[in-house]
Amino acid sequence: MRLITHNMLQCHVKGCTTNNFPLQIQDAELETLEAEFNPGFVQRLIPKLHWGALYHTAVSLGIEDLPEQMPEEVTEDLLRAIHKVALETRVKEGKAVCLGCGHVYPISNGIPNMLLQDNEV
Amino acid sequence: MIKLKQLESELTQVTKFREPKVQLEQYPTTAHLAASMLYTAATTYEDIEDASVVDLGVGCGMLTCASGILGAAYNVGVDVDPEALEQARDNCDRFELDADLVNLDVQELVVPADDDEHGFRLTQRLSADTVVMNPPFGTKSNKGIDMVFLQAAAGIAERAIYSLHKTSTRDFILRKAQSWGLKGEVVAELRYNIEASYKFHKKKSVDVEVDFLRFEVE
Repeated sequence: MRLITHNMLQCHVKGCTTNNFPLQIQDAELETLEAEFNPGFVQRLIPKLHWGALYHTAVSLGIEDLPEQMPEEVTEDLLRAIHKVALETRVKEGKAVCLGCGHVYPISNGIPNMLLQDNEV
Repeated sequence: MIKLKQLESELTQVTKFREPKVQLEQYPTTAHLAASMLYTAATTYEDIEDASVVDLGVGCGMLTCASGILGAAYNVGVDVDPEALEQARDNCDRFELDADLVNLDVQELVVPADDDEHGFRLTQRLSADTVVMNPPFGTKSNKGIDMVFLQAAAGIAERAIYSLHKTSTRDFILRKAQSWGLKGEVVAELRYNIEASYKFHKKKSVDVEVDFLRFEVE
């Protein structure tokens, strides 16, 4: 799972509505795989990203390539940084933990398990 | 861009469900069907190349592989079945495609919401330019599941949705879709050849009349 995908997932346990995003990544085994840089795509992606979630998640994983505030001016350096963080950094193993209710979503072989038990839906 | 024939030929390498699960209606999407669908989406409507694409009910990954080969910038496949996802992963690896896979029940994606103009919201923040899917037809104990998939797709897609539905329910689907802000059109009428993947199929294969639909997000 790349961080762009993590940016779109939240806790969906029934009744868990506060602090359910972003999920905190723990015990992460990270992998960086080079991907083709598509500046037009990254530019279009910016307004859809939750910047705070991306920034704080990256920092929690020891990645400090992004500015804390989304800069007003979009430079190629910024596009490349977003590309690297959101589209090249992936969580191979670990877990995504809800800071609201504590639910743990395991990540195995890069695939987050977002399935809930019957009583959580 | 790759030629249609070549795309189809590439996609024949995608492996089918090893042990299809009846309750999930895991009929494989054929290479021919996937190539026709995604090639049309890419060339006639320009909805694939450089776009973000979500595949709901990704299964073995047939549509996602086609989307990746046609140059989508970002692919995500969602499925309830972890075994199917492992297979989708292998199939994406075969083409060296970067697709993210998420183990999620599409039926848990949609919840009613009175304050929404279309009456529902998503439980996740998933969004993409384009959604592609070959949803379960909902002919067994899960009647209406195809409409849940379409509703989820309506919440995710910002541009267009490509989907397959039984021709017999066309009018109902187009009307429902309109109430969710989707303008649907029939791109092609197909005969979907469901091979006798399950023991309860007495005939060798069953043909179902299926619409290939495109929905534009209004």
